[in-house]
Amino acid sequence: MEDLIKRLSEAYGPSGAEEGIREMIQGEIEDCVDEMRVDTMGNLIARKKVGEGPRVMIAAHMDEIGLIVTHVDEKGFLRVAPVGGVHPLYVSACTFVFQDGVVATAGVEPVKDGKIPSMDKMYLDVGAPNKKECPVSVGDVAVYQVPFQSQCGRWIGKSMDDRIGCAILVQLLKEISSGASELFAVFTVQEELGCRGAVTSAFGVDPQIALAVDVTRTGDVPECQPMEVSLGKGPAVKVKDSGMIAHPEVRKRLVELAEEKQIPYQLEVLTAGATDAMSMQLTKEGVPAGCLSIPSRYVHQPGQIVDASDSRNAVELLKAFLEKPPCQG
Amino acid sequence: MIETLGVLSPIPGISGREDAVREAVLDRVAPYVDEASVDSMGNLDCVKRSKNGHGEKVMVCAHMDEVGLMVAQIDSNGLLKCRTVGGIDPRVLTAQRVRVGQDNIPGVIGMKPIHLSKPEERTKNPKIQDLSVDVGGSSKEETEKWIKVGDGATFDTKFEPVGDLVKGKAFDDRMGCAVLVELLKEAFPFELHGVFTVQEEVGLRGAKVAGYRINPRVCVTLEGTICDDLPDDKDRGRTTRLGDGAVITLRDRSVVCDRRLVSVLMKVAERDEIPFQWKRPLAGGTDAGSVHLSREGIPSCVVSTPCRYIHSPASMASPEDAEAVVRLVRNSLEELCSVAGEIDGRSNWKT
Repeated sequence: MEDLIKRLSEAYGPSGAEEGIREMIQGEIEDCVDEMRVDTMGNLIARKKVGEGPRVMIAAHMDEIGLIVTHVDEKGFLRVAPVGGVHPLYVSACTFVFQDGVVATAGVEPVKDGKIPSMDKMYLDVGAPNKKECPVSVGDVAVYQVPFQSQCGRWIGKSMDDRIGCAILVQLLKEISSGASELFAVFTVQEELGCRGAVTSAFGVDPQIALAVDVTRTGDVPECQPMEVSLGKGPAVKVKDSGMIAHPEVRKRLVELAEEKQIPYQLEVLTAGATDAMSMQLTKEGVPAGCLSIPSRYVHQPGQIVDASDSRNAVELLKAFLEKPPCQG
Repeated sequence: MIETLGVLSPIPGISGREDAVREAVLDRVAPYVDEASVDSMGNLDCVKRSKNGHGEKVMVCAHMDEVGLMVAQIDSNGLLKCRTVGGIDPRVLTAQRVRVGQDNIPGVIGMKPIHLSKPEERTKNPKIQDLSVDVGGSSKEETEKWIKVGDGATFDTKFEPVGDLVKGKAFDDRMGCAVLVELLKEAFPFELHGVFTVQEEVGLRGAKVAGYRINPRVCVTLEGTICDDLPDDKDRGRTTRLGDGAVITLRDRSVVCDRRLVSVLMKVAERDEIPFQWKRPLAGGTDAGSVHLSREGIPSCVVSTPCRYIHSPASMASPEDAEAVVRLVRNSLEELCSVAGEIDGRSNWKT
């Protein structure tokens, strides 16, 4: 899985331009699914019937946050706006890269009193001598440029939110051969813009049970907000976030299975943020939904850190879930 | 086109009270459309059957509602306390003339004369709670003869030409409505659904059910959009500019327009020499935000006319920009429909 997460983490794929990620995933899974299709919005939907049982949709989002060019000025500097939750604090000293490989440095206008500058005080600089020779156009999106690193049993890189979920879902498709479900592994688009891809893909899949696999924050770094989740203590079974309260049977089943199979797990209560589970839960007449979260430090920052064993354990727990899905009868 | 705008602009129609606008639209499109119906939310769906073509549905929508005020309370002095409907900066309300309720009762949002206001008062921005609409009633009982709680209030602005431009209220989105009326006069080789939507300004609500019900192959949303082109010395970009032509959206706060549709619009504009400009990415949101998430996803794009000073008593727009929007959309629809057919990723699996 490490090779795959390295490639997924380093690849380009902001909200609305996920095709590179989608193609990479298509190549990985084509031999281990029954069929797959790309829907109108660009979600990749892969079906794998692993046994008799309910339609279970497991979603991981392909998109990452970025900066969209809103204006190229006469001198060739780029004004930008955030795509998804990009905090100015993280932007100010970073290097960014566009789809075609053009690299940009973030510049900041002078600010008073050492305050954190707002996004309208920032610009990207690709080194262009003027507007005419600038290789970037309005509407182009840049993402953080960060090489992937594996050390101390952790994986460090950009956009573990949610490439780690994509990698786990790919691994699940590769490993699972039997169970009691019809698995719809959905690699969604535009999650960072409001869980949009999951809205239309869930409508099409019409699942009976839905799970998102996404990252969550941790409470294990200096002076952080109190939170019961730590890196390396297992995947986190979501109880609630600001967009969804997990269906109690879905949550309970994940907990029961983790205990039965002695897979380490944690319980997660997230005070801000939402996942594709929010959209899936409210599809049509409603879908019992939950989320299996991968603890990550520094979410939406250039260098996110996840623990390799948490991902491994997530794959095991998902396999168990598909063998014994909840809400039956 | 501009004549239609002149008819639609002065009609009061805050979100949820679009009846009078709907009647006027229906009146103007009736000679051209094959069928018109109103759904449970109040959206007007005008159908134009395919001429010598296929039965695919193409939806083009524009919203009828405008931002304004709603009467929340009639106080003992007969003054109206109001709440805003949709995005209104209270600063644009001060000392305005308005029309209230179904009978278009004239009213004034009163301000203390300069003789009585203290210097510090004049530097403060009012809140909606501080403002009252005066309709001339001297008591609650008297005012209640003309006005009810829940009545809408809209700006009382005359539509008229200003130089080469036009001025009026509610160009967001009576401009889109006027463009759509014009498009409905044409014949197309597909089934055109011209949908005049409700409640866009309070959260893209009408379009949500219209998109679901009609389930078109492709949807184009028409807007009268933000235009901030007044001179300033900073080279920071503008949302749109008056006179630069039809506005094509790449993405706004509500939707990422499918790039294949955007590129059809761009190619047609270049081919037919129709002036166009890009809207600054991420500014504003439109009905496309609701429609593109309908069902399994409906390929969507947005074309707008730049309008200065939207969400205020008086907007300004260029008839030439509006004509460019009519031409661009009219000339693009068939190819948009065909490209959308290739984008369509609806499920054909038996589940």
